[in-house]
Amino acid sequence: MSVSDRFRRIAARPVVLDVQHLGMAFPGSGGGVVHALHDVSFQVRRREFVTVVGASGCGKSTLVRILAGLTAHSSGEVLLDGRPVNGPGPDRGMVFQGYTLFPWLSVLKNVMFGLEMQEVGHDAARAEALQWLDLVGLAHKAEAWPHQLSGGQRQRVAIARALAAKPRILLMDEPFGALDPQTRANLQEHLLQIWSHVDITIVFITHDIDEAVWLADRVLVLQPPDAAHPGGWLREAVEVPLPVPRTRAMLASDAFRATRERIDALIHPPQVHAAERLPVFKLTQAGDEIL
Amino acid sequence: MARGGWRVGGELSPRSAAVLWCCAFLLPLAAWCAVSYVPWLWHPQVLISEPGGSSYSAGMRVERADFAAAQREAASAGTAPPSGERVNPIFLPAPHAVGQALWTGFTTPPLRRGDPWLHESLGHSVSVILWGFVIASLIGVPLGILCGAVPAMARLVEPFVDFIRYMPAPAFGALCVAVLGINDAPKIAIIVIGTLFQMVLVIANTTRNLDRSLVEAALTLGASDKRLLLRVVVPGILPNLYTDLRVLLGWAWTYLIVAELIGASSGISWYINQQGKYRAYENVFAGIILIGIIGLVSDQVLAWIGRFLFPWSGQRPSKPSQIAFAIVSFPLRLPWILLVLARKHHPANQVKP
Repeated sequence: MSVSDRFRRIAARPVVLDVQHLGMAFPGSGGGVVHALHDVSFQVRRREFVTVVGASGCGKSTLVRILAGLTAHSSGEVLLDGRPVNGPGPDRGMVFQGYTLFPWLSVLKNVMFGLEMQEVGHDAARAEALQWLDLVGLAHKAEAWPHQLSGGQRQRVAIARALAAKPRILLMDEPFGALDPQTRANLQEHLLQIWSHVDITIVFITHDIDEAVWLADRVLVLQPPDAAHPGGWLREAVEVPLPVPRTRAMLASDAFRATRERIDALIHPPQVHAAERLPVFKLTQAGDEIL
Repeated sequence: MARGGWRVGGELSPRSAAVLWCCAFLLPLAAWCAVSYVPWLWHPQVLISEPGGSSYSAGMRVERADFAAAQREAASAGTAPPSGERVNPIFLPAPHAVGQALWTGFTTPPLRRGDPWLHESLGHSVSVILWGFVIASLIGVPLGILCGAVPAMARLVEPFVDFIRYMPAPAFGALCVAVLGINDAPKIAIIVIGTLFQMVLVIANTTRNLDRSLVEAALTLGASDKRLLLRVVVPGILPNLYTDLRVLLGWAWTYLIVAELIGASSGISWYINQQGKYRAYENVFAGIILIGIIGLVSDQVLAWIGRFLFPWSGQRPSKPSQIAFAIVSFPLRLPWILLVLARKHHPANQVKP
């Protein structure tokens, strides 16, 4: 299946998440108004993998927290399956950047948590939770405490916990941000593998452009506020012209590099450096020459 | 090379830590021994053994300067000089006298018939403390958790609690006696007043310090307010709550002395007060030290138990410690073990071949 075919098929799917003219402003110190987001609109279709990338301070985290219902928005609308989002709910699972497994529950009980909140009986919840743990490859850690797991394992359990509650959409707020590069690469592959086995729509926030491009069907580029836009705004939605399933080898492909550079140019516009005119601060001993 | 234990932010080896722990008690004891047993250290008074021609009588304690003046006076008048030995004031008994008092306090009957023995006084004190603390906890723990978890509750409750907190608990003594009579009730009330208001604020703060992202994670998993409170907030703060209560139990002891002197005096404070009236200061010291020992031992025991209560917090007790705990806690766990065994062997649970 060619790449363009794939995008046509995605476009034919029903819209799961519909964000319309979303704005977020709050009163700042000194009577002013601080805008976090300005007129952000996009749609995410069923089983699409969308990443949101942007420099720090452009409102990525605010956006995902609004989608989760953890932060209130001040204008516009967020619709999930056509129904407006007001407050958090189990239809939107979330994986956080920090480790948010409940430390007082075993790994298995953590995954069972969402099911128990939905009144699933203990035995059924246990059986189901074990399946999800098996999917993330941690069934053998079911009885361990969260503090006995590595950072990567904890995030895998967090993904299992979020999926076990059967959300319509999975929101991920820089979930691999605290991990070392090696673990991070493993988890990226692992996430795509899970996604291929589970009928789930994913919105994934990151500041790592490589990660954003390699994982996603589509990359949303958020921009920090400027003269025309008082808050963080959506610059562009970039379709990633890479076939699925993704392989690490694609990181070296021309299509990947072109997409990556395009996004990089959007986020980091070329700046004129005045390096020559900067003085060199002398930390050397008296008499040493500056090299 | 790690920084030594005497440097700011340094590290202490377990052995030095144990040695210093002992020193913490041995150094003050050594200072006390030195002042008591080295005759030229302090000893500001003279215990008259032979009055001679002076106006003193045997067994009297006089200031050293007065004694020297009396000796000079006797010398110039040609009468027999008074003699005696240097001693500390009566309110500073020597360690061995206090040690003896600790022993004899429990073995000698009270001076007046009907008065309680030392161990009875002590038991009475412990029961007052425990009742006061249990009542304060029954109100303070839920209220504190609610204040910490629900912002509206905090606004509604905390300002007034803060206001009362600054009123010294003993100030309520007269009121408590008027309302509750002269027996144990007003004493327990003083301890409740002394600890409850601090408890609400401390526990509210502990609850507020719970990692907010845990609450948010539970929200995205569909937890209702009630479940958020019972299944996330309460278990989440449990280890810190336990430590808070340990500290607050110590505070309860500080209100004991005042509480016990309200209405009909009783307990260890009555004992200390009574012995003070008899000028039996070694018994006074024995009483004070007993309170310290009970406080220290109970706190250490609670800290030790705490290491086993929260296995998820990651601190692993040593093997001998685990064995000791298994033995000590066995009677408490026996019903639970029997229940599990009964369920296992119940005919309904037998797997048919």
